[in-house]
Formats: sequence, C-alpha cells, structure tokens
Amino acid sequence: MPREVDRNELRRMVEAGAQLVEVLPEEEYAEDHLPKAVSIPLGRLDDEAPTALDRNRPVIVYCWDIA
Amino acid sequence: MSPRAAWRLESLGFGEVYEYRGGKLDWMAAGLPTEGTNAKRPRAGGLARADVPTCRLDERLGDVRNRAREQGWDAAVVINSERVVFGLLRAKELDLEADQQVSQAMRPAPSTFRPYVLAEEMAAYMRDHERVSVVITTSDGRLVGLLRQEDVSG
Repeated sequence: MPREVDRNELRRMVEAGAQLVEVLPEEEYAEDHLPKAVSIPLGRLDDEAPTALDRNRPVIVYCWDIA
Repeated sequence: MSPRAAWRLESLGFGEVYEYRGGKLDWMAAGLPTEGTNAKRPRAGGLARADVPTCRLDERLGDVRNRAREQGWDAAVVINSERVVFGLLRAKELDLEADQQVSQAMRPAPSTFRPYVLAEEMAAYMRDHERVSVVITTSDGRLVGLLRQEDVSG
C-alpha cells in the first residue's frame, strides 16, 4: 500500500536516493517541477515506468495537490 | 492523480512507493525552489521585503511606530513567536493613538499571498485592487515579507 510523505520526508528521501516522479502533463513539468524530479505523465506510466524507474529504489510520486 | 499513480506503480511491481499528497502546491507555497521555465521568473517570495519591521500583539503602538519609521518604513507586520501573521499596521494604523496596544490598532487577518505567485500576477492584482503592499506568507501562515507595489511594477 503506498504511503504518504510530507515535504520534509521527501527531501530526506530524495537526498538518500529515492526517485521522484511528477505525474502531471509534460507542459506543467516544463514550467515548474521539484528539484531532481523526472516527468512521467500519468497516462504514460504503464509504458515508461518499467524502463525509466528502478524497482529496487523507493519511488515518490506527486502532482499539483491531492486531486 | 498521484494516488492513482502510486497504486499503479505498486501494481507494476514497485515495492516501495510513496505519495507526496501536498504536491507542487505545498512545495511552492512553502517557498521552496523549483526548476523549469518559470523558475527564473520573479515571484512574490523573492521580491518581498524580508526586512519589514515586525511586532507583537501586546506592544505599545507608539513604540512600534517609532521603530518602523526609524528604519524608513511606514508599515509593520504583527506576528507571534512562530512568525505567524496576525495583523498589519499600515501608515493609517501606525498614526493612531500611540498608547494603545498593537492588537487594538492593527488591521487583523490581512489577505496574504504565497511566495510562488509570479510577480506579474501580483502586479496586476495590486493595481486592480489598489493595494500598496501585501503580506507574503508560507502556506502555514509564517511571514516571508511585505511586497510593495514598486517591487513588482515596471
């Protein structure tokens, strides 16, 4: 079951090597994204996640807010 | 969107999946840096004057007025020990009876804006609403600074 993190935990985890993924549309990522985040829009997750992400490291996903 | 993404990743075999529910909004509202094409555009948080005088609720208005004006300011922000904003003293309020407490004179609960708002958006808002200055706070209400119209115009 995915767990929630807050921004402080996120910073610690990313520093420790967690993968950070923005799932918003590419244009929104291009305008603003969190440092070290990669872009995989939700609709492309099935195709891209298996090759772009490492299954052996933690993954943190985010969008604009909870919606 | 992120809950669906997190669950989908798990179903794709990712064992350790987390969700940052606050998302980009929470991150930017806290004044944290971003990367991207907007990152270099001026924002309210970067332009706000962090050196705006501050005071506490129980201070004497006259003392705050003197302190602010000695520093060349015609405004002061009322905060608590955690820097959470309670009120604003503009020139109009600073000129009230000197012996009253700040809590009686201040303009309570002023509208606040988040640090990530682009300067051009702030300029339009302040022009349209005839605001000389606005308070910039993080999402948890802590003071970032006071943004003045001249900081965002031109």
